[in-house]
Amino acid sequence: MEERGTERRSLLTRLSLIDRRILFLIIFACAAIPLLIGASLKMSVTAPVKGLYDAIDALEAGSCVWLAADYDPGSKPELSPMNYALVEHLFRKNIKVISASLWAPGPPLAQTVFDEMAPVHGKHYGVDYVNLGFKEGREAVMVSVAEDLRRTFPEDYAGTPLDSIPMLKGISSLKDIDMIICVSAGYPGIKEWIQQIATRYDTVIGGGVTAVSGPEMYPYIQSGQLVGLLSGMKGAAEYEQLVGRPGLGTAGMVAQSSVHVMVVIFIIFANIVYFLEKRRARR
Amino acid sequence: MRTEIPVAMAFIAGMLMVVSLFVPHPFIAEPAAVMRGWAIIITAFAYVLGVANIARISLHTVRNRTTDWQYKAALVVALVAMAGVGIAGGINSGGLFDWAYLNMYVPMQATMFSLLAFFIASAAYRAFRARSVEATLLLVVAAVVMLGRVPVGEKLWPGLPAFTEWIMEVPNMAAKRGIMIGAALGAISTGLKMILGIERSYLGSD
Repeated sequence: MEERGTERRSLLTRLSLIDRRILFLIIFACAAIPLLIGASLKMSVTAPVKGLYDAIDALEAGSCVWLAADYDPGSKPELSPMNYALVEHLFRKNIKVISASLWAPGPPLAQTVFDEMAPVHGKHYGVDYVNLGFKEGREAVMVSVAEDLRRTFPEDYAGTPLDSIPMLKGISSLKDIDMIICVSAGYPGIKEWIQQIATRYDTVIGGGVTAVSGPEMYPYIQSGQLVGLLSGMKGAAEYEQLVGRPGLGTAGMVAQSSVHVMVVIFIIFANIVYFLEKRRARR
Repeated sequence: MRTEIPVAMAFIAGMLMVVSLFVPHPFIAEPAAVMRGWAIIITAFAYVLGVANIARISLHTVRNRTTDWQYKAALVVALVAMAGVGIAGGINSGGLFDWAYLNMYVPMQATMFSLLAFFIASAAYRAFRARSVEATLLLVVAAVVMLGRVPVGEKLWPGLPAFTEWIMEVPNMAAKRGIMIGAALGAISTGLKMILGIERSYLGSD
């Protein structure tokens, strides 16, 4: 009896101290297998995602939006699918897009999206979209663009003066922009656009953030300062579903689902082991 | 004078920015716009200082062959190579800089970030224990939100996404709003103290 107790105790101890490489291997399998077999899952669309879709859908053809690519490669798997889905919707609606970034690594990521999407929709640089590149200065740049676009960005990403870009004729500041869409991974990002621009210049703002930043944005949605929000890869997948273009977000949903389920299983299992050990110790 | 002049400059710059928010007259708006331009230029200089500093520290480590000097050497080589390629060939799409950025920097940084999933899973297994009522509450809510934020949660219980949204929109938002209001009041107080010269730690000490 005593022997069996010791045996079980050692098994519990071993389970609680399981080699983390085994955990890593399980997580790797959960993430990799669904991606390799290309499984997909349907999902319902949440209100913040629908809010952004409706706000963009309400814009008329020929409107102009500011698409802030405020993220870096670390957040690319979560945020690039959003950028693709948003550009798809904007191009489909014949809305002009001005992209700029307050994060140094942002412009090439935004450019990659345009390079892929523009030929598909027959859009041309300088006529339907521009990439203004990166500007350091954070909140000062936001307010400066709101006052005078050309003083802040005299040239685009490729070094072309803004006055020689046909699409930008008649656009002198953010006051001439119909909506700001910010895809952001942190500071400076969507929160700063809201704080500096939304109320001061009466501008419509929407966007997308990493899943970890999502909860922080909910007060702005309720206050109406944020018309809609895509939160994490799930937000991107929901938007892809709305625009009818399954992409990287949708592809990642099964992988993300299985990893989340596995983490919950880990938590439950580890707690069962913890309580069994505790009970045994009390005896 | 070493204290008074910087404090006076901070007062003028700070007040100008505050007043420009309420007074759109060109008499205020123009100098405020010029000052914002200065702010952008000064912030850009932080990059120059940052690069100079990291180069100095890394070269010092390489020269003295201290711990992990090989990594510092790789950093200096990468820094010089990327800057050289960018300055010589430009940073536009299709160039060598763009190629190196998209094919080296992007996968490397994405890899670093993706490692988080493994560490979170390991931490959840080892440290997430229902040791108290608060910890149990956190654990249960975390599990619900984790499942509710992915499509499989909807398959387990169709009401889960709506319940998760309720958690986000009510308890989460109440807590977030409290934190945000507290932080904003703190920022206003610190800003006023700096503008009025009460808080002078930004001047440094010598």
